[in-house]
Amino acid sequence: MMTIDAAGMHYKELNRLIREGIANGVKKFFIENVNGQYYIGDGIKGDDVVININGTPGNDLGAFMDGPTLTVNNNAQDNVGNTMNAGKIIINGDAGDVVGYGMRGGRIFIRGNAGYRVGIHMKGYNEQLPVIIIGGKVGSFFAEYMAGGVIVLLGLEDDDSDELDIDYFASGMHGGTIFIRKKIDFSKFSNEAELYEIDDKDADFLKEYLTDFANSFNISIEEIYKKPFYKIVPSSARPYAHLYTSA
Amino acid sequence: MLKIKNKFNTERDISGCGLCGIINAKKVKTNGSDIKKAISVEHDRGNGLGGGFAVYGNYPDYADLYAFHIMYDNLSAKTDVEEYLRNNFIVEKEESIPTFKTSKIYDHPYLHRYFIKPKSDRQDKLFHELEDDDFVVNSVMLINQNYDGAYVFSSGKNMGAFKGVGYPEDVADFYRLEEIEGYMWAAHNRFPTNTPGWWGGAHPFTLLDWSIVHNGEISSYGINKRYLEMYKYNLALRTDTEVITYILDLLIRKHKIPIRLALTVLASPFYQKIDKMENDKKKLFTALRQVYGSALLNGPFAIVFGYSGGMVAMNDRIKLRPLVAASNGDFTYVASEEAAIRAVCQSPDMIWSPKAGEPVMVEFDDIKEKTSLKGGLLSL
Repeated sequence: MMTIDAAGMHYKELNRLIREGIANGVKKFFIENVNGQYYIGDGIKGDDVVININGTPGNDLGAFMDGPTLTVNNNAQDNVGNTMNAGKIIINGDAGDVVGYGMRGGRIFIRGNAGYRVGIHMKGYNEQLPVIIIGGKVGSFFAEYMAGGVIVLLGLEDDDSDELDIDYFASGMHGGTIFIRKKIDFSKFSNEAELYEIDDKDADFLKEYLTDFANSFNISIEEIYKKPFYKIVPSSARPYAHLYTSA
Repeated sequence: MLKIKNKFNTERDISGCGLCGIINAKKVKTNGSDIKKAISVEHDRGNGLGGGFAVYGNYPDYADLYAFHIMYDNLSAKTDVEEYLRNNFIVEKEESIPTFKTSKIYDHPYLHRYFIKPKSDRQDKLFHELEDDDFVVNSVMLINQNYDGAYVFSSGKNMGAFKGVGYPEDVADFYRLEEIEGYMWAAHNRFPTNTPGWWGGAHPFTLLDWSIVHNGEISSYGINKRYLEMYKYNLALRTDTEVITYILDLLIRKHKIPIRLALTVLASPFYQKIDKMENDKKKLFTALRQVYGSALLNGPFAIVFGYSGGMVAMNDRIKLRPLVAASNGDFTYVASEEAAIRAVCQSPDMIWSPKAGEPVMVEFDDIKEKTSLKGGLLSL
């Protein structure tokens, strides 16, 4: 176990300490007094490495990360899990804009709200399946250009309306799956993707991830299942093929 | 050494900067140490080629006079400008702007300030009857355009801009901001990418009481510039931020548009949103887009805009730059990053990310009372 007091520390020094710790076999880190340091846990490896962060971590938390688990006990800023490959990021507060940009594996769980452009350009690859679950609400451009993976939007504190107060939902989506707990009229947002009821396979898939999410934040799983899930999937894997190739 | 006249052949600058603002609605003053602390958390958003601050309430003893901050490349420029000032203004007081010699800020221009008011019998009265504010605007434009080696970087009442080439925390030390007190502060950390860092190009950009710090790129700069030139604004600085200052001056001071409406000109709702509005509102927003289409700002931006009545922070219409706001008692904080706010206010009452194009507006309490007495402003 290693405790680092990050007060006034530059991110280069903080990341050097984390990397040295991992190289020396440390499995559990507590980083205290974090405020604004960028790139925490970037590119680090090790499936059994756990890092606990107290304070507000800076942008690009866990970018390119490949295995470890980061837990943030407060809010996070922008670009959480940028191009992340494997591992888990748990955020007890809110996250900023552009969560999981180009993410290609691992899990990001957010207890509160997330900002604009969640999961933009997210993609799966062979057995790689990136998953983002948001407990609260999100901003516009949600799942923009999504190419793979799964995003679950719970909206736990949302009202019962069938409206989503965001614009440009899943515009340009051409892969992956979005699950939401509202039966919205998706044609208002896009004609590139469609809303369906979930099937048994979806339900099994969700159960595993939602249980993990609920356990991460001490939320009762019953609370999450109070409303039925719907899924949104792209109508076509290559919506613009006709623009670039002769049929 | 070329420091303050930007002769580089470039169209505009694009920046990936950091910004912060602090305002106390009851006009309780704080010194510059908090804003310095906040912006220094965003150190890595800049590259040392521009830092600056705007402060309001810092010249209470000269509150009725225009406080001109002027940079000079050489003393002959100073002699020339001072002749113009003496001919047209009553100069109540003038002095060097107090600075602290720090190794971090070197090769700075000569920095002087003047507390002045336009003469009632000044020469231009022979030709037209300009209000004092208009005459000050004309004078700022004239000096910045025609007096080589001189640049007016602040011209408001009871407020001032302090800026230069360097990281903002070093610029703060250079101008001894810890000895300055104000009830509203804005700060900027610059990362110029398309034009060189030079003293005049640092933010804030100010004109009269307006001050702007900006993170982003105004891709509508060409349209905005041509539009403003029709109203005789001289865009001498070749940086995109300048247009925001002048558009606000035009809309709010000259055309008397309420601030909230003026902001919807800068970041207008999309037509698809306007189409869904109630009839009166739809008419209003359609008219604004039609009349002021050339004042619409396109491209990514986050701005903090200060004026004598308060502060506004706002994003572009699709949120392409970061902005976080927090409130704690009578204080409101805005910044590019939450950590900047937490550095000076660890547990605010409320902290949130404003939606795209929806301004965070804070008015001073004494202004609010006046506004509510007037009543009848368009509610949006």
